[in-house]
Amino acid sequence: MHDFLEIVGLSIGVSLAATAIATAIGLPGGTALAIFPFRGRRALVVLINAFFGLPPVVIGLILYLALSRSGPLGFLSLLFTPAAMVIAQAILAIPIITALVHRASERAWARYGDELISDGATRLQAVPQVLMIIQADLITAVLAGFGRTVSEVGAVILVGGNIRGLTRTMTTTIALQTSQGDLSLALTLGAVLVGISISISATVFALAGRARTAGSDEV
Amino acid sequence: MIRIIRSILTLAAVIAINASSAAEQSIVLASTTSVEASGLLANILPQFTAKTGITVNVVAQGTGKAIDTARRGDADLLLVHDPEAEQQFMDEGHGSTRRQISWNDFVIVGPSADPAQVKGGSDSVAALKSIAATQAPFVSRGDKSGTNAAELRLWKIAGRTPDQLNREKWYRDIGGGMGQALNAASAMDAYTLTDRGTWLSFNNKGSLIVVIEGDPRLLNRYDVIELSPQKHADSKLAAAKVFADWLVSPEGQKAIGEYQMNGQKLFNPSSASPK
Repeated sequence: MHDFLEIVGLSIGVSLAATAIATAIGLPGGTALAIFPFRGRRALVVLINAFFGLPPVVIGLILYLALSRSGPLGFLSLLFTPAAMVIAQAILAIPIITALVHRASERAWARYGDELISDGATRLQAVPQVLMIIQADLITAVLAGFGRTVSEVGAVILVGGNIRGLTRTMTTTIALQTSQGDLSLALTLGAVLVGISISISATVFALAGRARTAGSDEV
Repeated sequence: MIRIIRSILTLAAVIAINASSAAEQSIVLASTTSVEASGLLANILPQFTAKTGITVNVVAQGTGKAIDTARRGDADLLLVHDPEAEQQFMDEGHGSTRRQISWNDFVIVGPSADPAQVKGGSDSVAALKSIAATQAPFVSRGDKSGTNAAELRLWKIAGRTPDQLNREKWYRDIGGGMGQALNAASAMDAYTLTDRGTWLSFNNKGSLIVVIEGDPRLLNRYDVIELSPQKHADSKLAAAKVFADWLVSPEGQKAIGEYQMNGQKLFNPSSASPK
């Protein structure tokens, strides 16, 4: 039971941390990409959308080689730690959150951009305002990022090493139990994983609904 | 939204701090899947940690991968079971000492219907020849693990090279761990070679039974290898030595010998008289 709680806690903690990092980059990044015109913007957008489908095991492998003691980032001693898993998952979630935020921002900018600029705001000042306008889409983007990270197994098993009590998450436990032939246990844990994902989504939606109501009161 | 992000970041910081404090009194042991999947390490490590305060973080991989992990400098100690690959690792100068801690044996398992008619014998090579002759399905790990290496050595004695085998439809290279291979063999009614530890602790046997056991060529030795201070100065060699010494000490050997699964002993301690 203690093991179980530890595994669930680590899964959620690592995924939340990765989602937080990806959000911190993807939110302003996605909006800026919609607002600021620059050379190669189209290509960058295409690239980020393509990274949507990054195979996790490839990210895991590249990160494994980079974080290895004989690799360029080996001095950080991060391989086989939760921090390595957070980095891997953040890399997977960044394109998702950035692309979704970009799409919503592009629509909002097309509609309100001129208005915001004629109100005297610079493009930089317009970023938080656009983010306010697309609040609801932000929730979707962040949840999509979280969903990608919490369900991922290929990258975390490579860079985390599936170490009992240190880097063993729900998905890597399911892989391990399946390999031990404990199919019913694996399935049980799978059900827990699905349940947790659903309740986190529901909670965030509820919180977001309250935040929106509170916001409209102020206006 | 900002409050949510702030609490998430706090959580992330707490995790990061926990991770870094856990890293101080710990070593990374690159080991084979069999000592992990059989439950041996989970059983004996708490005894070691209680005595020394050193946490052993086990990264369970096939022997080939585990040796590669150590070669890259990503492990502090190695616990594997492929004599030839180990010798190569030592010859390359990556290891300092190599000591046997225990042995058990490999067995060939297969469907109880036994299409290749090999059940009951002890001659593993004759059994492989019958499997090939009747073209009965055979699952290979195909992952450069110690078991995979042992399997290929037996096939070689039976007169088949890996190239020849990979051209055969009945020879199914699944590229996975021991448990995956057993799952596959169980689903496909195929034969496969497995270490006894994983077999005894495996819970999805289906119609699989042991068909061949007791061949001296099926001996399975587990060695602990300490890394060379010249090539791996960054590894935690001192703490790794404490664990390696404990494994071969009377206390560690007793812990290994006492581990049982369903009333059966899985590993025979052998540091005093290596096989």
